[in-house]
Amino acid sequence: MDLSYFFELFVGGLTRGSIYALIALGYTMVYGIIKLINFAHGEIYMIGAFTALIIASVLSFTGMNPVLIFLIASVLAIFFSAAYGVTMEKIAYTPLRGSQRLSALISAIGMSMFLQNYVLLAQTSDFLPFPELVPDFKFLKPVEHLISSTSFLILITTAIVMVLLTYLIKFTRTGKAMRATSQDAKMAQLLGINISRIITITFIIGSSTAALGGVLISTHIGQLNFYIGFIAGIKAFVAAVLGGIGSIPGAVLGSFVLGWTESFGTGYISSDYEDVFAFLFLIIILIFRPSGILGRPENKKV
Amino acid sequence: MSDILKYFTVKEMKKSLVMSLWFMILTFPIMVIKVNTIEDTVVWRWGNLIGIGIGAFFMSTLWRYLLERKNMQSPLSDKKTLQIRVMDWANENPKAKTTALIAVGAFMAAFPFLTSMYQTSIMTTALMYIVLGLGLNIVVGLGGLLHLGYAAFYAVGAYTYALLNYHFGLSFWICLPIGAGLATVMGILLAIPVLRLRGDYLAIVTLGFGEVIRIILENWNDFSFGPSGIANIPRPGFFGMSMKLQTATIYIYFIMIAMVIFTIFVVRRLENSRMGRAWIAMREDEIASESMGIDITKSKITTFALGAFWAGMVGVIFAAKTTFINPASFTLWESVMILCVVVIGGMGSIFGVVIGALILILLPEYLRAFSEYRMLMFGAILVIMMVFRPGGIISNIRKKYKFEPTQNSAESSKEGV
Amino acid sequence: MKRLFAVMLIILLAGSMVFAGGKKESGTIKIAVAGPHSGDLASYGLPTVKAAEIMVEKINAEGGLLGRQVELVIEDDVCKPEVATNTAAKIVGEGVVAVIGHICSGATKAAMGIYNDSKILAISPSATNPALTQSGDYPNFFRTIASDDAQARIEVDFALDTLGLTKIAVLHDKGDYGKGLAEFAQKFLEADSRAEVVLFEGVTPGAVDYTAVINKIKNSGADGIIFGGYHPEASKIVSQMKKRAMDIPFISDDGVKDNTFIKVAGDYAEGVYASGPMDTTTNPLTIQATKEHQEKYGEDPGAFYLNAYAALQAVFNAIEVAGSTDYDAVTNALRTSYVETTLGKIKFDSKGDAEGVGFSMYQVQNGVYVELK
Repeated sequence: MDLSYFFELFVGGLTRGSIYALIALGYTMVYGIIKLINFAHGEIYMIGAFTALIIASVLSFTGMNPVLIFLIASVLAIFFSAAYGVTMEKIAYTPLRGSQRLSALISAIGMSMFLQNYVLLAQTSDFLPFPELVPDFKFLKPVEHLISSTSFLILITTAIVMVLLTYLIKFTRTGKAMRATSQDAKMAQLLGINISRIITITFIIGSSTAALGGVLISTHIGQLNFYIGFIAGIKAFVAAVLGGIGSIPGAVLGSFVLGWTESFGTGYISSDYEDVFAFLFLIIILIFRPSGILGRPENKKV
Repeated sequence: MSDILKYFTVKEMKKSLVMSLWFMILTFPIMVIKVNTIEDTVVWRWGNLIGIGIGAFFMSTLWRYLLERKNMQSPLSDKKTLQIRVMDWANENPKAKTTALIAVGAFMAAFPFLTSMYQTSIMTTALMYIVLGLGLNIVVGLGGLLHLGYAAFYAVGAYTYALLNYHFGLSFWICLPIGAGLATVMGILLAIPVLRLRGDYLAIVTLGFGEVIRIILENWNDFSFGPSGIANIPRPGFFGMSMKLQTATIYIYFIMIAMVIFTIFVVRRLENSRMGRAWIAMREDEIASESMGIDITKSKITTFALGAFWAGMVGVIFAAKTTFINPASFTLWESVMILCVVVIGGMGSIFGVVIGALILILLPEYLRAFSEYRMLMFGAILVIMMVFRPGGIISNIRKKYKFEPTQNSAESSKEGV
Repeated sequence: MKRLFAVMLIILLAGSMVFAGGKKESGTIKIAVAGPHSGDLASYGLPTVKAAEIMVEKINAEGGLLGRQVELVIEDDVCKPEVATNTAAKIVGEGVVAVIGHICSGATKAAMGIYNDSKILAISPSATNPALTQSGDYPNFFRTIASDDAQARIEVDFALDTLGLTKIAVLHDKGDYGKGLAEFAQKFLEADSRAEVVLFEGVTPGAVDYTAVINKIKNSGADGIIFGGYHPEASKIVSQMKKRAMDIPFISDDGVKDNTFIKVAGDYAEGVYASGPMDTTTNPLTIQATKEHQEKYGEDPGAFYLNAYAALQAVFNAIEVAGSTDYDAVTNALRTSYVETTLGKIKFDSKGDAEGVGFSMYQVQNGVYVELK
C-alpha cells in the first residue's frame, strides 16, 4: 500500500471533517436543548457567509488591510447570523413549543425555504467569488501539497471552538443550566431556570458557530450562492447523529469519521458513491450503537 | 374584529416600532447592499429598508394579535371548533353527509371536462400525493416512526415500470402490482436493520437509505441509465386503444381517482383493524404496548411494508404520467414534501392528509402568478400554518368508545370518525 | 336538505368557472420561457429569462412581430420532469407559439411529448442530450447548443492533437449534462490508441471539499483532465488543484465557458481550456447582447445567456419569414432560412441541431476567454 497516498487521503479527510465539524457543532447544540432537527441551520450558515461577502466587498473598496477586513467581516457575520438565529427561533419555533415535534420540523423546513429564496431574490442566483482574505501562511510552505492555509485555519478554529464550547457547557453557570434544560426542560423550569433565555443563548451560540463556519468555508472554497446551506446542513446533521446528537465532542468526532469515510471511500474505491459510503457507514454504526458513537443510550421509560 | 384596535395603543405601537427597527437592522446587509461585480461599485437600495420597516411594523402587530387569539383558544376551552361542529353536524344528519359526498364525487368526476388539461394534470399530481401521503401516514401518523426516505419506494415503483417496460415490454397494468410488491419488499428490507432505532436516529437512517437508492440510480448506468433517465415510457393503455394526449390525461386522472378511493377504503379498514390499533399503541408508547402483548417487531415491519406498498404503486403511475423518469425526481426534497403533506394535513387523519395534499401540491401551482416569489411565499406559508395550527389543518380526533347502559344490555356506540 | 344541495351546486359551478377561464385568442404572440427559476439550478435558468425579457422589450419597442406585440409566459419547472409536464400543460393552455427551453435535458424530454401533441415548437438553449435530436422522437425540438457527443469530440480531439496528452482523467458532476458528456469523452478516448483513460469519476456537486478526488487524480498519474459539468464544480476543482501546486491541463465544456467561471476562480482560472461556440468574442451581435444585459441588470450575463438570445433571434426571424405563427410554416422557416445570431449565422438541420454554430476551443488568458485558432 502506498503510504504517502494514504497519508494524503487522511489529511484530506481531516480537512473535510473539520469543515463538517464547524457546522455540526451548532447543530448538535440546538438539538441538545430543544430536540429539534433544525433544517434551517444550513441557511444560517449561508446567511453568515453572504453577510461576510457583502461586508468584505464593501470594505475592500476602502483599500483596507485584507486581514483586518476578514476580521471585521467575520465579526459582523457572526452578529447578523446570531440575530437571524434568534429571530427565527422567536418566529418559527417559540410558538410551537409544547406542540408535537414534527410540527416544529415542518416549520423549520418552511423557514429554510423562505431564507433560501429571500437571499436568492434580494441578492442573486449566481455563484459569487469569495475574496481571498486569508494570507498564505509561510510555515505551511513545506506541506503545501497536503494542507492549504485555509484548511489549516479551519482545523485550528474547529479545535478552539470545540474547547470553548466544552468549557462553556461543563464549567459555567449557563452551561449547567443548558445541561439541565436538555435533560428535562420542565424540571429545569421548576428549579428556576429561565428556559426561554437558555434557548435564546443556545441559538446565539449555534448560529455564531454556523456563521464562523460559513465565513471560513467560503474562504476555503472561494465561492458561494444561496443554496450552499442545504447540503452543508444535511452533512452536518449526519455528522452530529453519527457522533451522538447532543454531544459536543461527539459532533466533532462524528464529523472526522464522516470526513475520513468519504475521503478513503473516494480514494480507494470511487467518488461516484461517496455519499453512499457515508450513509452506509452511518447505518452500520447506528445498528451497533443506536445512539451514535459518543451518545448516551436513552433510558427507556414507560 | 374590534379587539384588533387595542393593538393601536402607544404601548403596542412602541413594541411594533422596536420590531420594525430590529428587522431593519437584521435585513440591512442582504436587502440594502448589493455589490456590483462588473463595475466594482456598491448599490445601496435604501428603498428596501423603508419597505421592510413599514412592513415589519404592521406585520408584527398582526402577528401578536393572531398569536394572542390563538392562545386564547386554549385546548381546554369548551368552545367547539369549526371542525368538531362540522363533524357533529355530519353525524346528526347522515343524509346530508351522503349528499355532500355525492356532490364532491360529482365535482371530481366532472372536473376534467370542465377545466383545461393543465388543471387536470396538476389535480392528478395532487391525487398522487394524496395516496403517497396516506401511505406515509401509516408509518408516521399511525406508527409514529419518522421516515425521511419515503421517495425511495416511490422511485422503486417508477423504475420497476420503466425498466420492465423497456426490457420486456410489460404493460402498465401488469407492472402496477409488481411495482407495489417490490416496494413492499424494499420496505421490509429497510425495516429489519432499523428495528432498534428510535426518533431522530431512525429519521437519519431512513434519510440515508433514500439517498443511497437515488445515488445508485444515478451512478449505475447499466441498470438505470444514470442521470439521463428513461424516456418514452408508455401511458397506461385501455384495451390496446391509443389515445390522444388530452384523453390520456383524463384517463390517468380517473385511474388516480380510483386509486384514491381504493387507498382510503383500505387505509380506513387497516386503521381499525387489530394491526392498526397495534400501530397506534406503538406510537403512543413502545414499551407499554410491548408489555401489553403487542409484537413491536411485527408492527414496525408491517408499517414500513404497508407504507411502502402505496409509494410503489404511485411510482408506477408517476412513470406512466410523466413518460420520462430520472433520479432527479426522487431526492430528499421529495420525501420532505410528502412528510409536509402528512403533517400539514394533520397526522393520523385520513381527511387531513387529503386536504394537506390538495393544499401543498396545488398551492405552488396557483402561486405561479407570483412567479419568482412563489417558493418564498410557500416557505412562509408552511411556517405560518404550523405556528397557527400546529396539529395540522384537520387534527385527528381520537375515536371515543362510549359506554351507554341500556335496559338489558350494555351497548357501545362510536363517536367521531 | 334541498338548500344544501343548491349550495353545493353553486360552489361547483363557481369553481369550474374560475378554473376554466382565460383561454381565448388574443392579439399578442405568446412565447414561453421554461426552466428552473427557483431551487438549486436556478442560476442556469434565470439568464434565459433575462435574455427573453431584453429581446421582447426590444422587439416590442420596434413595433413587434408581424405588427403584433410579443408577450412572455414565464414558467418554472425546477428541472424536474414531473413539474415540467405540468408546466408544459400550462404553457399549452396559454396558447403559445414557441417555447424557449427547457433547460435540463430530463425536463425537456418529459415536456416535449406534450408540446408535440399540441404542435408547439421548443428551442432549448442548453439541453445537450444527444437523443433529443438524434432519436427522431422529438420533431418539434431545436437547440442552439451542441449535443454532448459533438462537444466531447472537440474536446478529445483537442486533448490528443493539440496538447498531445497520453493519460487522461475524465471527471463529471453526475448530472445529465456533465455525465453524458464525460461518457462520450471516455468512449472517444478508448477508441483512440494514442491515449488512455486513467480515471473516470463523478464528483459530488456542492461538496465542500474536493481534495480526495484531487489526490486520486494525482495518484493516477494523469497528465490532463477532461471535465463534464458546470462552472461551480470546475472552479472548485481547479483552484484546489492549483493551491496544491498541481498544474496539468484542464479541459472542459460550454458549462464552464462562462465569465462567471473566471470571476469565481480568479487567478486560478488562468490556462483552463473550454469548448464553446466560435467567434463569440468578435461577433458584434454578441458584444451588443452582453452590453444590453449589463445595462439592464448591472451585471455580466449568466450561463446559456447567449444561447438563449440566439434561440429567440431564430424564433423571431422564423415567424417573420413565415409571415404567420403557423407551426408548419415556422418550423419550416427555422430549418430553411439562415439568421444572424449571437452564435453566428445559423439555421437548423432536419433533426433540430443548429447548423453554422462552429465550435472551437478557448483558453483563459489574462482573465478572459481567448479563442484558440
